[in-house]
Amino acid sequence: MNIHEYQAKELLQKFGAATTRGKVASTAEEAEKIARDLGSDELVVKAQVHAGGRGKGTFANGFKGGVHLVNSPEEARDVAGKMLGQTLVTHQTGSAGRIVNQVLVAESADIEREIYFAVLLDRATAAPLIVASTEGGVEIETVAEKSPEKIMREPVNPLAGLQPFQTRKLAKQLGFKSSEIKPAAQLFAALYRTFIESDCSMVEVNPLVVTKTGEVLALDAKFNFDDNALYRHPEIAAMRDTAEEDSREVEASKHGLNYIGLEGNIACLVNGAGLAMATMDIIKFYGGSPANFLDVGGGATEGQVTEAFKLLVSDENVKAILVNIFGGIMKCDVIAQGIINAVKAVKLPVPLVVRLEGTNVAAGKKLIAQSGLAVIAADDLGDAARKVVAAAKEKL
Amino acid sequence: MAADILNIRFLNFVLVSDFGFRIFRLMSVLVDKNTRLCVQGITGSAGGFHARQCMDYGTNVVAGVTPGKGGQMFDDKIPVFDTVWEARQETGCNVSVIFVPAAGAADGILEAVDAGVELVICITEGIPVADMMRVKAQMAGKKSWLIGPNCPGIITPGECKIGIMPGYIHKPGSVGVISRSGTLTYEAVWQLTSRGYGQSTCIGIGGDPINGMSHLDALKLFNDDPKTEAMILIGEIGGTAEEEAAAWIQDNCQKPVAAFIAGATAPPGRRMGHAGAIISGGKGTAAGKIEALKAAGIAVADTPAAMADTLIARMTAGN
Repeated sequence: MNIHEYQAKELLQKFGAATTRGKVASTAEEAEKIARDLGSDELVVKAQVHAGGRGKGTFANGFKGGVHLVNSPEEARDVAGKMLGQTLVTHQTGSAGRIVNQVLVAESADIEREIYFAVLLDRATAAPLIVASTEGGVEIETVAEKSPEKIMREPVNPLAGLQPFQTRKLAKQLGFKSSEIKPAAQLFAALYRTFIESDCSMVEVNPLVVTKTGEVLALDAKFNFDDNALYRHPEIAAMRDTAEEDSREVEASKHGLNYIGLEGNIACLVNGAGLAMATMDIIKFYGGSPANFLDVGGGATEGQVTEAFKLLVSDENVKAILVNIFGGIMKCDVIAQGIINAVKAVKLPVPLVVRLEGTNVAAGKKLIAQSGLAVIAADDLGDAARKVVAAAKEKL
Repeated sequence: MAADILNIRFLNFVLVSDFGFRIFRLMSVLVDKNTRLCVQGITGSAGGFHARQCMDYGTNVVAGVTPGKGGQMFDDKIPVFDTVWEARQETGCNVSVIFVPAAGAADGILEAVDAGVELVICITEGIPVADMMRVKAQMAGKKSWLIGPNCPGIITPGECKIGIMPGYIHKPGSVGVISRSGTLTYEAVWQLTSRGYGQSTCIGIGGDPINGMSHLDALKLFNDDPKTEAMILIGEIGGTAEEEAAAWIQDNCQKPVAAFIAGATAPPGRRMGHAGAIISGGKGTAAGKIEALKAAGIAVADTPAAMADTLIARMTAGN
């Protein structure tokens, strides 16, 4: 799940992490009022979409740039007016772009120095790890490639948490002046607290800045949340903006299905994440292209299978469908009945290849045979993949 | 009377130690017909259903645990206890399987470890990673093994099934199977069985970013196991566990190994169902893992349909 920049700012503020002051506006008038309340003559207005490259983006109405420096409330109002309700296209949005429904109006920081600072979950040690670098404002991958010696790593004991001395050591290693050690250490501790208490898998602050007046601020923060822990953070779950997501994925999540939309033309419905990935791989191996990742899970009901099937059929790019089920907890007859119900509800516009194995396989195959559906039966996974790729090619 | 009870407890303790010793000496397969299983969450619908399936397969289920339901009997034959500690005292269970909902599963693992259960298998999926981080830290230095979470479990065909895998696809034999994925394991097992190759033990280590037993841990067990003659290693994108296993195999393993890595077509940055299956910062790609495996001399299957054939070709070539 991704969140907007203004939501990230609110989260940081909640945990006492120093950041620039700012608020989100949905109308030009609101933007003007926020600018006036901030009382600064150096402000920034930023379009709120889940995509990078906003500064260099262009609006469909010809207005250039999703990030603007402004010097007065009137100017803030003018710029916000040109962004709101408009479509912003950046190198990450694709040509369709994203509609800007909100803008962030914030103080502009007078930057002296930029730092990279992240707290992440390190799989290798099963513990939190702080990764920091004096090279802020650029991608950490670039730093790792060009000057790996400039990246420092500070492991944290998951039971004890980040210790105060560690924050001071990091501040020193990152070249903070003695007068800046305290605010820097406080900010690091607050970022760690945000990471732990929000159940993040990553909090990345890039840049973390020192201003000309010696303030230490988290300027831009990117959060990755642990989906498994969202149940204990309803306030974070509520930050989800479905308008920013693939509509197919939003629909799938309503029915508790694990779906990721892709660009290809062979839809697949599989039980189990590993088998679902492997099914995509084998489609590709035989020269096809998967339209999606879909794991219906082990405990899916007939209804969920029906919804999953409808979702696959609604994708206009889809030229063929592969159902690959290895029943364990999932029973093949439940899958079969779900598919039969779906095909009754929506016409089957493309060829359907079905491979069933595992629990109740005989009952599942019998149901499909008796239903009279035009199904291409497959004996094993390889056979199924070859058949679905061939069927998709015929439809092209 | 009190002395009698003490005696029984003492005998039980000796029995447990004996089993413990044998399990750890043979280790190879971790579970067998002597395994005494406790089911945490046995009165829940998933726990109950799978406990019955395991019993039908022949697994020796000796206890169930559900806090607040101590004193009940499950299906009129398995005593239910409030705590794993008590179940261990009373029944000498040496392995525990967890079907507790995600919010309480991490606590369930620690409870079993605290009770001294030698092998804990956590089937539950969706445990917050922060919880697992704390579990892992608290398990450091303890003798118990953890398999999972978010895994299908472990099976020694013909002897003992602990988990949610369909029993009938397995066949006793000499191939060890290690996998992060449930259904993909079934796929490999079924391919082996259909071609007449049985399995010594199949271990699903789970798809979460932080788990107990790693590919490497499982490989070492199979390598030391006289019953196991070859291994199939099934990995997926994310993390570096497969690379570590590959390096170890190259230096230490004489038995034929075939591998498959799922996720070659997965887009970067997206979580592919399993919380652990995510390519981040260019690391954890299928291509990188396949390269590491091949460099270590491991036969890598081109497709998931060729897992068994790839291994069989390697086994036959070795003879």
